[in-house]
Amino acid sequence: MVPLWMFLVVSAALFSTGLYGVLARRNAIAILMSIELMLNAALINIVAFWRYQAPENVGGQVFAAFVFVVAAAETAVGLALIILIYRRHQSVIAEDINVLKW
Amino acid sequence: MTWEALGFLIFSVITLGSGALVVTTRNLFHAALYLMVSLFGVAGLFVLLTAPFLAGVEIMVYVGAIAILIIFAIMLTPQVMQVVRPRSNQWIAALVAAVLFFLVLVSVLTPVASELGVDNWSAGFTQDEPADVPADTLTTLGESLVDKDLYVLPFEVASVLLMAALIGAALMVRPDEPKPRRPEAGPVIEPGPEQATTGGD
Repeated sequence: MVPLWMFLVVSAALFSTGLYGVLARRNAIAILMSIELMLNAALINIVAFWRYQAPENVGGQVFAAFVFVVAAAETAVGLALIILIYRRHQSVIAEDINVLKW
Repeated sequence: MTWEALGFLIFSVITLGSGALVVTTRNLFHAALYLMVSLFGVAGLFVLLTAPFLAGVEIMVYVGAIAILIIFAIMLTPQVMQVVRPRSNQWIAALVAAVLFFLVLVSVLTPVASELGVDNWSAGFTQDEPADVPADTLTTLGESLVDKDLYVLPFEVASVLLMAALIGAALMVRPDEPKPRRPEAGPVIEPGPEQATTGGD
């Protein structure tokens, strides 16, 4: 099979891509999409370690399934917050949302 | 090159290329579509890792639900479709931070450092030929999720978390003032005689 570190390098590259997106994008929805990329990088890591280190133990897949649940909840609440902010401020640009800053 | 290495190469290129397009495309709707392609690549990597159930869940939950939800949010916030602001220099610092973080991760994860003779602490966990996955993994997964000695408590907590997120999201985006009821929906309007007699059709 492909060595484990190749999967880990792909995962690290995907995580770094998401990190760049979180830091560089200004739109809140784009930031949320970048967070999805980072979560997927973590998922690749979890499943790769399960496959190579403990394939007989199903706990790795259970862990990945819980990451799916948390990702779904996070996206739902995050998008609801973004839509709420858009209603109040007519903007989803992260720099415009500074009412808590003084 | 075996078919596994070929598949790994293809899915990695799909995932990383689409992921790079997600964070660089100016059009947000296109970025959401590239996100779906990237998640398909991740599902392919799951298939290569002999986790077909997780690949199916990835496609159903991420591509089928989360990406569609993001597209809905993009369409509900219409001013984001045309970005007119000048670009700031923030992306340079972001690029430097991301590249540095990637280099740190790679130096820890890969056997590069130990092969160069720099040190020998990294990559002690790399392993090329793991044991085979048991054939009844999916059955074991389902049983362990409801086994009271294993994962039933996290399973229930996850369902409560989903329920709380659902209620919270629906409650947050509720309109501030309820719309006035339409007159025909209220109980105060009595039906006219011609409406009262047309119940048969």
